[in-house]
Amino acid sequence: MGKTLAEKILSLKSGDIVIANVDLVFLQDTTGPLAIKQFEESGLKTIAAPEKTAIFIDHAAPSPTQQTSNDHMLLRRFARETNCHIYEVGNGICHQLVAELFANPGNIIVGADSHTVTAGALCAFATGMGSTDIATAMALGKTWFRVPETFLINLSGSFRKGIYAKDLILSLIGQLGADGATYKALEFGGESLARLTMSERLTISNMVVEAGAKVGLFPSDEVTQSFLSSQGRGDSYKPLYPDADASYERIMSINLASLEPMVSFPHTVDNVHPVSEAKGIKLQQVFIGTCTNGRLEDLALAANILKGKKRYSDTRLLVAPASQQVLLQAIEKGYIHSLIESGATILPPGCAACLGLHQGVLGDGEACLSTANRNFKGRMGNPEAMIYLASPATAAASAIKGEITDPREV
Amino acid sequence: MTETVLKGKAIKLGDNISTDDIIPGRFAHLRSNLAELSKHTFEDLIPNFASRVNQGDFVVAGKNFGSGSSREHAPLVIKMSGIVAILAKSAARIFFRNAINQGLPVLLCDTDQINDGDQLEINLTEGVIRNLTSNARLTSTKMPPLMFAILKEGGLIPYIKKHKDFEL
Repeated sequence: MGKTLAEKILSLKSGDIVIANVDLVFLQDTTGPLAIKQFEESGLKTIAAPEKTAIFIDHAAPSPTQQTSNDHMLLRRFARETNCHIYEVGNGICHQLVAELFANPGNIIVGADSHTVTAGALCAFATGMGSTDIATAMALGKTWFRVPETFLINLSGSFRKGIYAKDLILSLIGQLGADGATYKALEFGGESLARLTMSERLTISNMVVEAGAKVGLFPSDEVTQSFLSSQGRGDSYKPLYPDADASYERIMSINLASLEPMVSFPHTVDNVHPVSEAKGIKLQQVFIGTCTNGRLEDLALAANILKGKKRYSDTRLLVAPASQQVLLQAIEKGYIHSLIESGATILPPGCAACLGLHQGVLGDGEACLSTANRNFKGRMGNPEAMIYLASPATAAASAIKGEITDPREV
Repeated sequence: MTETVLKGKAIKLGDNISTDDIIPGRFAHLRSNLAELSKHTFEDLIPNFASRVNQGDFVVAGKNFGSGSSREHAPLVIKMSGIVAILAKSAARIFFRNAINQGLPVLLCDTDQINDGDQLEINLTEGVIRNLTSNARLTSTKMPPLMFAILKEGGLIPYIKKHKDFEL
């Protein structure tokens, strides 16, 4: 019997328990301090591999509070003492930097953040864990996994105008439900793969956890090779595909040409509706960015829609590039110029308004359309606010009108 | 070492309780001050949660308990509130693992058989839950032996202190 991508990377069959060495273990500023506390409590005095360990200061950066500043100091001290990598305020979101700098096909990556699954786009078995698991993985250089069963998602056709990877993953989460893939690996296949860019794949893998999945894997192919080369890591490429006779628990098919622009309504990600059912919902804020949709292609989309136009006067437009590299390229290409001229506020590379710690906390009764991955009650800092999720194109179109708008109509 | 027979009262919750419901992200700046952080447990979902809990009670939820963020502070503050086990129809993967790592048992079973306020007796070794109020007997899904070993030691840190490594 052949193997799925998850089984190939973990080298065992689904259901087995494996203790595996990790190629990268990382933590960020809201989960890192507890990981360090647990590490120090464990009595394991050293980290296994400083070069395979990274700390990212991205979730609340620059720090909005004294307590957070002290947490950041703790992370910096730990990085100095252990000689691990540290990425500072303004460098970017952990998942984007992992894609740009670390993730290679066949890697095993664990991070103290649920969206660690993003690196599945590069065919890395990448999954989120809590602080104690990450503390132990740092110390031992390994962790344990149960090898997951896999759902194969077969993609055919091409996106029509105005429809993007975000609409695909929102639609899939709507079909699966918030717990429809709990514990499973999602593996993407089919004839459309070759046409999905790395940026699109990262958007899709990023959100598999919103259906409960443990990992969201794309095969390693020419798209992977070309992305790695663009990041100066062409040598890290190796092709990696599932076996033709791999065994899947479930097989689903999606024709990209059948998709509509999609919107997740408050307060769960799987509360997905076509944009036609959301039209006219008034917005006080639009937020474009995050590990889901803060990449160059996303900013290009938004800038092209907003170029020469203005945001609606009563709708704030916040834009946070996912990394310094993205910001610099967006400046060079003129996207930042167009966005600022349209009335956007450019925030530093990082998680920004996504999780309600700073840089765009919502007021009572306010509504925000965000390109992020979560719209749980209270997510953007206020349980009395409403969060809608959509693509950067829908976000940009909606910023112009001040209400949720089909991007094909602007 | 976690006690293997637990007795207490059920506090019934619904489906899809996220880690933001358990401990809202806006209190992230208090995460290095657990005593302060834990005052906000379930703040947006259940007013006066702390006053409803007696030491030894159980949280009994529907499907997909603990979905969302990887914050281990979620099971940690539930444990600090006096809750000694969580029963749910299903639990999000990261939350499940985090709870076990904190020595807080999560039992997956048909929680429709449990009402708010029911008295329960849980045998962790057998994975059996007896509803003393209704006399129903529930069995829970078996967890992998390694996970049960971690739980029995009281969590991953005590497990690692003792074993120095994972043992299959």
